Amino acid sequence: MGNSMKINLQVWRQKNAKTEGRFETYQVNASPDMSFLEMFDVLNEELIEDGKEPVAFDHDCREGICGMCSMVINGRPHGPKQAVTTCQLHMRSFNDGDTVVVEPWRANAFPVVKDLSVNRSAFDRIISSGGFVSVNTGNAVDANSILISKEVADTAFESAMCIGCGACVSACKNASAMLFVGAKVTQLSALPQGQPERESRVVAMVNQMDAEGFGACTNTGACAAECPKEIPLSVIATLNREYYKAKLNGK
Amino acid sequence: MFYTNGNAFQLLNLQTFILTKRYKYMGVLSFLFSSSLGRKLIMAVTGISLIAFLLVHCLINATVFFNDGGKTFNEAAEFMAHNWFIRTTEILLFVGLLLHIIQGIYLVFDNRKKRSAKYSGKAGNANSTWYSRSMGLLGSIVLIFLVLHLKHFWVVSRFEIPHGLNDENLFAEMVAVFENPIAVIVYVIGCFGLTYHLMHGFGSAFQTFGINHKSYTPFINSVGMAFSFVIPLIFAAIPVVMHLGLIK
Ligand code: HEM
Ligand code: SF4
Ligand code: FES
Repeated sequence: MGNSMKINLQVWRQKNAKTEGRFETYQVNASPDMSFLEMFDVLNEELIEDGKEPVAFDHDCREGICGMCSMVINGRPHGPKQAVTTCQLHMRSFNDGDTVVVEPWRANAFPVVKDLSVNRSAFDRIISSGGFVSVNTGNAVDANSILISKEVADTAFESAMCIGCGACVSACKNASAMLFVGAKVTQLSALPQGQPERESRVVAMVNQMDAEGFGACTNTGACAAECPKEIPLSVIATLNREYYKAKLNGK
Repeated sequence: MFYTNGNAFQLLNLQTFILTKRYKYMGVLSFLFSSSLGRKLIMAVTGISLIAFLLVHCLINATVFFNDGGKTFNEAAEFMAHNWFIRTTEILLFVGLLLHIIQGIYLVFDNRKKRSAKYSGKAGNANSTWYSRSMGLLGSIVLIFLVLHLKHFWVVSRFEIPHGLNDENLFAEMVAVFENPIAVIVYVIGCFGLTYHLMHGFGSAFQTFGINHKSYTPFINSVGMAFSFVIPLIFAAIPVVMHLGLIK
């Protein structure tokens, strides 16, 4: 660790969903080449050595594909960089001596489990309400038996990039989940396999989204600006269109 | 009522028919007031209607720049006050405005409840514009202006001048109102509020309608920006120019 840097961390500590939380200040020596999570690993090693409670945070793949590493860093989900998750954020994005404020996703629909870790099962319930396609069991269908044009495949794939991280909710002033739901609805309504449930799906998912306590959309665009997978705002327009069409058809 | 005993039964049937049908349709349309996307649709439909109204209103007001002592302007005002189509549209627009205000206030407060614990770190303008996050505040500025404005001109043009309560014409009323510098200042602030409300609102309404594609959305947004600057600028120029006595 040649050129080490000193970071002043203000970290949100909260025992569980029922207790009040507060900020604790820590000083960490980090290498510019570390990821933000590795910096937390260093801090936690020190806390454990001192006999203190380590900071709880979620992580899994550490390669930007699982969507677990939810942290709001200096007011921005996944930190200051465009299109990266916290695990892909390097300490060289900060300066020696910087004070960095780290908080959990803040949304009533995502209650804090502990410290920086939140419960995002509201997303799972939205998916189970309609974010699926029905297929017959039995033999696997031959690949390419259903022809899908490159354009449609690209649209679906762009939306399928969503990793369900929840950064969109955490960035939105209304804690709205429209970008997430829009991504799922856009993906499934573009594909032939998604047609049978096309209308019931969008209505069920929007109902579940509202019931979970996510806000409405003001179209500020903060979600798309902070999405690590760069899901575009147009998926929300698609969601609106699909929803209004389903409603016009009496769904 | 005007029915006789003979057809009372039929009318009763008709009433039951209307009621049940109405509830059926209302069931389908209730999403407009109960779901997040329905509420947004109301904001966008009423918002776009208000934008269409602003365009017409602005064109008529701009006739004062002919500087013909208000001749053209008074003729236009006279037409608007007596044309049945305009009067009907006016009622619809007024209902739309009320819906826009009620849903707008509901959305601002309801959305705020979705995050009880606020962030300590601030993203500021890094991911969104300040005015897109301040639609409630900007709308309220427009609303304060609007109450004063309706009292100044709408009440006078619809209730006083036609009933001979006021022997002046609408142009003379404008000259009189804008002698007061405070009125001029309130009008200019109202126009600033409107500019920022529209800078976000215009494009936002199209997004709400589900109209978003990279081939034409930049065009819609440019038209929206131009509209948001030019229309309030013309509106704001009128009280200023009249106060300075450049148009009489
Ligand atoms: C001539 C006057 C007005 C015009 C032309 C106008 C236009 C618009 C438009 C086009 C939108 C965007 C709708 C969308 O995002 O789909 C909007 C949003 C909004 N307006 Fe207005 N508006 C006016 C007056 C007002 C007033 C008096 C209020 C008072 C409360 C208000 C409050 C709001 C709010 C809170 C929103 C944002 C709602 C949301 O998306 O969360 N507006 N307006
Ligand atoms: S849309 Fe983007 S920000 Fe939202 S959950 Fe999916 S990947 Fe995360
Ligand atoms: S840990 Fe999997 S995306 Fe960051």
